Parts: sequence; C-alpha cells; structure tokens
Amino acid sequence: MALVFFAYFALVSIAAGVLTVALKHPVHCGLALLALLLHVSGLFILLNAEFLWAVQVVVYAGAILVLYLFVLMLLNLKTDERYFHSSFLYFLAPASLGSLYVLFLLFKSPFKGAKGDAPITAVLQEGDTYAVGIKMFSDYLLQFEIVGVFLLGAIIGAIVLAKTPKAIDDAGER
Amino acid sequence: MVPLSAYVAVSAVLFITGLLGVLIRRNFIIVLMSVEIMLNAANINLVAFSHYLDSMAGQLVALFIIAIAAGEAAVGLAIIIVVFRGKISTNVDEMNLLKW
Repeated sequence: MALVFFAYFALVSIAAGVLTVALKHPVHCGLALLALLLHVSGLFILLNAEFLWAVQVVVYAGAILVLYLFVLMLLNLKTDERYFHSSFLYFLAPASLGSLYVLFLLFKSPFKGAKGDAPITAVLQEGDTYAVGIKMFSDYLLQFEIVGVFLLGAIIGAIVLAKTPKAIDDAGER
Repeated sequence: MVPLSAYVAVSAVLFITGLLGVLIRRNFIIVLMSVEIMLNAANINLVAFSHYLDSMAGQLVALFIIAIAAGEAAVGLAIIIVVFRGKISTNVDEMNLLKW
C-alpha cells in the first residue's frame, strides 16, 4: 500500500517539476509548482514527518507560493516570445546523461550508515511534532535563533528594496 | 517497504529538473521557482535519510531550509520588483548592469 502511494506522489511530483520548468505561461508554472509542493508534502507523510508535512503545506504552499503568484499578477507579464536560453538544446543532452549516471550510482548504493538515537517506534510513541520540538529547543537552539535573526533581516531587506523611491530623480527613464 | 534509494532517486530527478530550469529558463521568476524545486529535492533527501537512519537531525535541517526558502523568496521577489520598475522586463539576459 505504501508502495502505491509512494509511486503516485513520486511520479506526480516529478511530472509537476518538469511542467514547472517547461510550461510557457508563468502563472501555469506557479500552479504546477503548487502541485509539486503538495505532492512532496505527501512524501513527507510517508516518511513519518507529520510536522514537516504541516509546515510544507502552510509555509510553502500557503505563503511562499502565494507570494510568487502575487508578484506574477502584480507585474502582469506577457509571455516572451523567446523564453528558453538560446542554446538550451545543448544543455539537455548532458543533463539527461548526467542524471542517468547519477541514478545508476544511486540504485547501486546500499546506503548503510550509523543509526541515530531516534528510532521510529520511539518517535511514534510521542508523535513527530513532540520529537521535533524537543530536539529543536535542546540541540538546535542556536540554529533556531540564527534562523530567526535571518528572517528578520530578510523582512527588513525586502521592505527596503520594494519601497517606492521618495523623489523621482531627473535621470528617471519614465 | 519502499527502499531508501527510491526516495533518493526521486530527489535526484527533481534536483536535476530544477537545475535545468535555472539554466535554460530566461524569466527571473521562473528561475526562482526552479530554485524552490531544488530546495524541495534537498528536503526529500534529508527527510528520507532521517527516517531510514533513525535520526531527527534531517527533519530539523529541512525545517531550517524551509525558513531560509521563505526569506529567499521574499528578497528575490523584492529584487524582481525593483528591476521591473526600472526596466519593464524580467528577462535575466537583459539584466546586465553589473557585467563588464
């Protein structure tokens, strides 16, 4: 059963990723990105990461994607006649060859490694959110604070950048 | 039981799709969307290893990646608005002010 769900989420997320890159109209690309994000969150559920699923749906699909769509609608772009790089066919062959090689290597590797201290049964006892919270506010507290300061800087930077300039200088193009 | 290499393969395919998008698309907003695809591929990888190797660290790093993606989107879109205000274009080929 898990295999069926995995196949569905994996195939749809890959298809949505390809559509995001290949579609012509930017709004369609944004909607394909929405499908990608939701299906990736389905993969998180299969991996017992419920908290990350919620964060993915709320933050990515709910906030970041709406920001993208808002800017797309605000700018009112017309589709360019030339929307790919002029020599993009030269990129395609090396990319597909490289991805086939990477896939070959990945399927060959057994991926054995040192086991950590959070086995699945113990995590499921208390719930994933509990485990994430305990870990985040004990071992990863410094990183948490750094991310907080980073987000504050990003907010201030975005406001300063997007603010309308006060006076139109004489060299303005309009 | 789905093997770990299947998750890693999905992540690799998504990452290469995003990388290709960054390389061949010329619209700045879609280049940023491709960056989001690559960040999601990295997230799948981190969560899959976190699940299969019984560690919580991967999920926490994935959370931090989501936070940083939010900041990146905000600043990147603000830059797009500033550039669009001056040049009426979001084509990355026409943004060559810093080139010499």
